[in-house]
Amino acid sequence: MDLTLSPQEESFRDELRAWLADNHPGPAPEGDEAAFQFQRDWQRTLAAARWAGLSWPEEYGGRGATLVEQAIFNEEMAAARAPAVANVLGLVMGGPVVIAHGSDEQKERYLEPILSAEEIWCQGFSEPEAGSDLASLKTKAVKSNGGWVVSGQKVWTTLAHHAKWCMLGARTDADVPKHQGLTYFLMDMDQEAVQVRPLVQITGEPEFNELFMEEAYIPDENVVGGVGNGWGVAITTLMHERAGLAFGLQVQLKIALGELIDLIHERGLAGDPLVRERLAQLYIESEALRLNAWRGLTQIMKTGIPGPEGSLPKWQWSDINQELTEFALEVLGPEAPRADSEWTYRYLRARANSIEGGTTEILKNIIAERVLGLPRMR
Amino acid sequence: MNFDFTDDQQAIKRTARDFLADRLKHERWRELAESGTYDDGLWTEIGELGWAGIHLDEDVGGQGLGSVELAILMEELGYALTPSAFLSSAAASLVLAHAGSDAQRERWLPGLAAGEVIGTAGLVTDGVAPMVADADRAAVIVLVDGLSGMVVEAAAAEIEEQPTIDSTRRFSRVRASGGEPLEGDLMSALDRIEVALAAELVGVAQRAMEMAVAYAKEREQFGRPIGTNQAVSHRCAQMLLEVESARSTTLYAAWTADNEPESLPLAASMAKAYASDAGRRVTTSSLQVHGGIGFTWEHDLHFFLKRAETDGHLFGAARSHRERVAALAGLGALAA
Repeated sequence: MDLTLSPQEESFRDELRAWLADNHPGPAPEGDEAAFQFQRDWQRTLAAARWAGLSWPEEYGGRGATLVEQAIFNEEMAAARAPAVANVLGLVMGGPVVIAHGSDEQKERYLEPILSAEEIWCQGFSEPEAGSDLASLKTKAVKSNGGWVVSGQKVWTTLAHHAKWCMLGARTDADVPKHQGLTYFLMDMDQEAVQVRPLVQITGEPEFNELFMEEAYIPDENVVGGVGNGWGVAITTLMHERAGLAFGLQVQLKIALGELIDLIHERGLAGDPLVRERLAQLYIESEALRLNAWRGLTQIMKTGIPGPEGSLPKWQWSDINQELTEFALEVLGPEAPRADSEWTYRYLRARANSIEGGTTEILKNIIAERVLGLPRMR
Repeated sequence: MNFDFTDDQQAIKRTARDFLADRLKHERWRELAESGTYDDGLWTEIGELGWAGIHLDEDVGGQGLGSVELAILMEELGYALTPSAFLSSAAASLVLAHAGSDAQRERWLPGLAAGEVIGTAGLVTDGVAPMVADADRAAVIVLVDGLSGMVVEAAAAEIEEQPTIDSTRRFSRVRASGGEPLEGDLMSALDRIEVALAAELVGVAQRAMEMAVAYAKEREQFGRPIGTNQAVSHRCAQMLLEVESARSTTLYAAWTADNEPESLPLAASMAKAYASDAGRRVTTSSLQVHGGIGFTWEHDLHFFLKRAETDGHLFGAARSHRERVAALAGLGALAA
């Protein structure tokens, strides 16, 4: 066991800190469009210094960073409260999918504009009838002269209104078991047959979208990983996504805990034994999450692939974040339900944490079946 | 940044697992647990293996290793639910090593390191230490009362047997006066004891979880294993989350004890608080998975549940450690 950073890891962190101190763009402007342009500019700044696509191999414009360096990067960006990047799905999922499963032509065509945020990516997996049971998705792709004709509906497509490309899961063969009939496509969003509608959530904001495809066209060269291999392509990227995200999330939790401690002092509740007890419990659980994430990373470095244990941190994070925001509202007291309260927004937004990116129930199934070896239900 | 055990640490873990499984075969273990006795032969072998001094300096006959290695052993001793004075002796030697004078160290540590002398430690409230493990067989007793501590020879102390629900460990009430004062760093010694206890709780909880998972696979109702029901399988997943979190916080605390002592107070309290809660929740949850059979004396599970509950109260219950976490995490000390 050695829980210190190596000299190389320390110099990576110091370089990043110094760069962030010089290049942090400050707070985001008001307004959706201006805020998105701000994120686009920020990603360009990152890409120019080769901080975007950190995990990508150097030949594709990345840094070939180790898992520990990626974890440090996520921790430091969160700690500095650096803005989000515009093309997060392209960087975290699209690029890695193309690098792992794409042809040389696809790598040549897609990777650079992902890094520079010139082309934004979205992900079209979930459907109204295919949530946790993702492999049952119904969006259909039919072979038609040199390409595919796609019809169907997607939901929860983050960034669809800005996106040029959609990572689309569609059924190309209805006569084989559901996991085998799926294909992973890159769909051009710039066509009449693709319609995007904002989906307003309980926060009142349209963070996600609905996506409607009525005979949209996708050329053959936009299939990734081969026809019928869509499930495998999608799953490997989901596992990597979960493994990497935990680090940024745990630091965001730590920041929120710090703000909660300030709030407790402001309200004169620092001497309340019940408040102290709950705050301490949240603090301990967020530390347990941080340490579990690092232990999980040690495991991935040993085996090379993220295992099913990777489902633990996401579940644990959503539990803690929900508890933290609920507790903050109790500290706020009678004014908690005010519509302009930041904590109230966070409380509402946290409701999605245990649903987005795999529900807590599905994550528990994965752990029960694949880590503990319990028999499958059904 | 690497959470992996070294080859040596892995060897310690494997040796301990195999040795304890061999010496505590089910019938023998059950006999000890039922009768509330220890196996003297086992203690002799533990001494020969050098376990009692694993965390002590080589100049007093220890192995010169640290809290991580002690935690590895403690987890395995908990996993096997070993009836033994190991924890007590380790606790006494930790206090003497960190808070004892040179003379006190020379007097006691070589014997404790070799396993030839048994020691114990306890916390005093209102003039009496209500729960001191193995005081009935110890030669030396360390008593800590707030910020002051003393060493007494057992012969000079008033020791009254105090049975608890945990029949795999023997407890006494101890009252003593006029011992030799301990002048050194008591807090850091207590924190190391808390980490060792947290590690034992991890082992106990790990075993209780494994029992639940095995039972959920094999027990059939309505024509299928009960583990196919999410009400059961999600309970088991929750056990895994808590066991792994307890292990992560415990290993981190053990590592700080050896490498970053300024972080130990917060880390030790986090580990003891989390592991105490997890110990109770995992063992009680395992009992629920077992259903009626888990409530019978004949089943082994209750010994684990009782050890976990008892450990949870030793060297500060979860609530008092959470209070310390609150103070150290930014809420400041609680006004008196």
